[in-house]
Amino acid sequence: MKILVCITHVPDTTSKIQFTDNNTQFDKTGVQFIIGPYDDYALARAVELRDQTGGSLTVLNVGEAETEPTLRKALAIGADEAIRVNAFPSDSLFVANQIAHYATEGGYDLILMGRESIDFNGGMVHGMVAEMLGMPSISPVMKLDLEGETAKLAREIEGGKEYLEVNLPFVAGCQEPIAEWKIPNMRGIMSARTKPLNVVEAVSEDAATKTISYELPPAKGAVKLIDKDNVEELVQLLQNEAKVL
Amino acid sequence: MSILVYIEHADGAIKKTSLEAVSYATALAEKEGKEVVAVALGTIDQGALAKAGSAGAAKVLQVEDDKLNAGIIQAHANVVAQAFEKVGADTLVLAKSSLGDAVAARLTIKLKAGLVSNVVALPETDGGYKVKRSIYTGKAFAYSEITTANKILAVKKNAVALKADGADASVEKLEVTLSDSDFAAKITSTDKATDEISLPEADIVVSGGRGMKGPENWNLIEDLAKAMGAATGCSKPVSDSGWRPHHEHVGQTGVKVAPSLYVAVGISGAIQHLAGVNASKYIVVINKDPEAPFFKAADYGIVGDAFEVLPKLTEAVKAIK
Ligand SMILES: Cc1cc2nc3c(=O)[nH]c(=O)nc-3n(C[C@H](O)[C@H](O)[C@H](O)COP(=O)(O)OP(=O)(O)OC[C@H]3O[C@@H](n4cnc5c(N)ncnc54)[C@H](O)[C@@H]3O)c2cc1C
Ligand SMILES: Cc1cc2nc3c(=O)[nH]c(=O)nc-3n(C[C@H](O)[C@H](O)[C@H](O)COP(=O)(O)OP(=O)(O)OC[C@H]3O[C@@H](n4cnc5c(N)ncnc54)[C@H](O)[C@@H]3O)c2cc1C
Repeated sequence: MKILVCITHVPDTTSKIQFTDNNTQFDKTGVQFIIGPYDDYALARAVELRDQTGGSLTVLNVGEAETEPTLRKALAIGADEAIRVNAFPSDSLFVANQIAHYATEGGYDLILMGRESIDFNGGMVHGMVAEMLGMPSISPVMKLDLEGETAKLAREIEGGKEYLEVNLPFVAGCQEPIAEWKIPNMRGIMSARTKPLNVVEAVSEDAATKTISYELPPAKGAVKLIDKDNVEELVQLLQNEAKVL
Repeated sequence: MSILVYIEHADGAIKKTSLEAVSYATALAEKEGKEVVAVALGTIDQGALAKAGSAGAAKVLQVEDDKLNAGIIQAHANVVAQAFEKVGADTLVLAKSSLGDAVAARLTIKLKAGLVSNVVALPETDGGYKVKRSIYTGKAFAYSEITTANKILAVKKNAVALKADGADASVEKLEVTLSDSDFAAKITSTDKATDEISLPEADIVVSGGRGMKGPENWNLIEDLAKAMGAATGCSKPVSDSGWRPHHEHVGQTGVKVAPSLYVAVGISGAIQHLAGVNASKYIVVINKDPEAPFFKAADYGIVGDAFEVLPKLTEAVKAIK
């Protein structure tokens, strides 16, 4: 059983988002980078499946050298080896091309990703990779169990769940509660230092989009407080001022 | 040239977000001198599909096949690709949703199309094709240029005005060829609450947090929601503790809602929760702590005990309905 997990290197969920250079660059000042929260769920489930089936688990990121601490963290959580495809991830299609190219050579049985990145929120890379590899894609997956060559999954739909069966290999975009996030322990952190982290060069593939500039939303006005003993006033404001009731 | 819109339907009607996508495509078509054609998959009444016309579609292509009712992603992508060829489209518009994302992603490869997700405005087309999109879960916008001839735009919900004054569209059957491999993933069962208002689509949402103390108190949330005609949501610790089902969890790692009104009760307003609600038009916060961070993101607030405020508020809402 060979499992590939693709992870993003994204600003911590509490980061203040700002831009520099006349709104053309993301401002990394004071920003902590983490494994994307959805990717973290995918990784956690992959560690469990690897332990269960006794296979191997590779993590991959398409990014520049700055993402290596994030890959090391994934090794500390339990991945066996890490791959960094050396390129600036400027567009979903470009990233998907790199992943598909790497995965073709690796012959993976299962490719797990997050349901979406928390920076560009595309929710697309898993579907693109699956189409390129001619595999089924399923997202957002909240439960994944293996029975031999068949996987049993639950996919979240509006207002509930859909249960599916699919044969390996396939690509899944994961979300909670597929597994609990794993926090690296001391042994994991120590062993991560000696696990392989290989850098491979990007295959040149064109991107289909190019981001030109950024903008912040306008600041929110002050809250209007209503006395707790006068809830009728709130109803009146919602009805006549906001016109939402 | 045409603009094709992939529409989703539930419970016998086109989803509101899909009608927003049709409205967006209609505005784009006017700008570019094109025609809007929609494509719908699965069993749904033709009369219900004709309603795509209200948002500006001239025609709806229907692929009526029971097997397409469930969200089998490969099959949907294959059908939409055939519809795209058939009508001679160069642009595909759809509403961002978990099914829409998955289908659109596969289509980028099939159609060799550049895709931008979470689109919030019509493209600027003087010198390039520049699209404004929401990024960082609503915390910022980016302007991205699509450099390919074929284009896919996934529209963020509640970002475009709904057009509702168009005449009914004509509905035509579309014949497609599907292969067994399109159905490699098999749906074995579904488990869906049918009487609920869908949270991602809801116009009003009432959400409860840890301040509600336990699942036994949720009737207070449900009563207010019922009086307002709202869907119910919750914070992550609430669904993590099993007080509420997971599909009600709102936030960075849960459902991103975009209602006209979001009412948050006993939720502190952690940044990860706010990331799921920042597209709401109006936010009401009820919290006993005047320092709760949620008040900074709110339009209206009541500082008070939810157990006292909720019953009174429910009565006051009922009084005006
Ligand atoms: C400083 C910085 C600037 C960036 N600027 C841009 C930009 O201008 N435009 C742009 O489109 N993107 C940019 N990105 C890249 C972005 O982080 C994504 O990697 C990529 O664009 C895919 O985005 P998405 O939202 O479509 O991914 P999604 O489709 O939402 O991602 C789904 C899943 O695919 C996998 N995945 C996605 N990206 C990667 C990756 N790079 N490596 C490994 N697995 C991955 C993950 O499992 C993820 O959960 C930038 C990243 C950084 C760090
Ligand atoms: C990577 C990551 C992702 C996350 N994603 C999400 C997410 O998607 N969604 C999410 O919600 N959280 C998410 N979280 C968790 C988030 O950080 C907060 O812990 C969570 O939102 C807090 O939930 P809460 O507001 O219900 O509880 P608390 O923070 O405990 O707040 C309870 C509130 O209730 C008030 N209260 C108590 N009693 C009463 C009363 N009687 N009447 C009125 N008010 C009362 C209190 O004053 C307090 O403000 C995430 C965290 C991380 C690290």
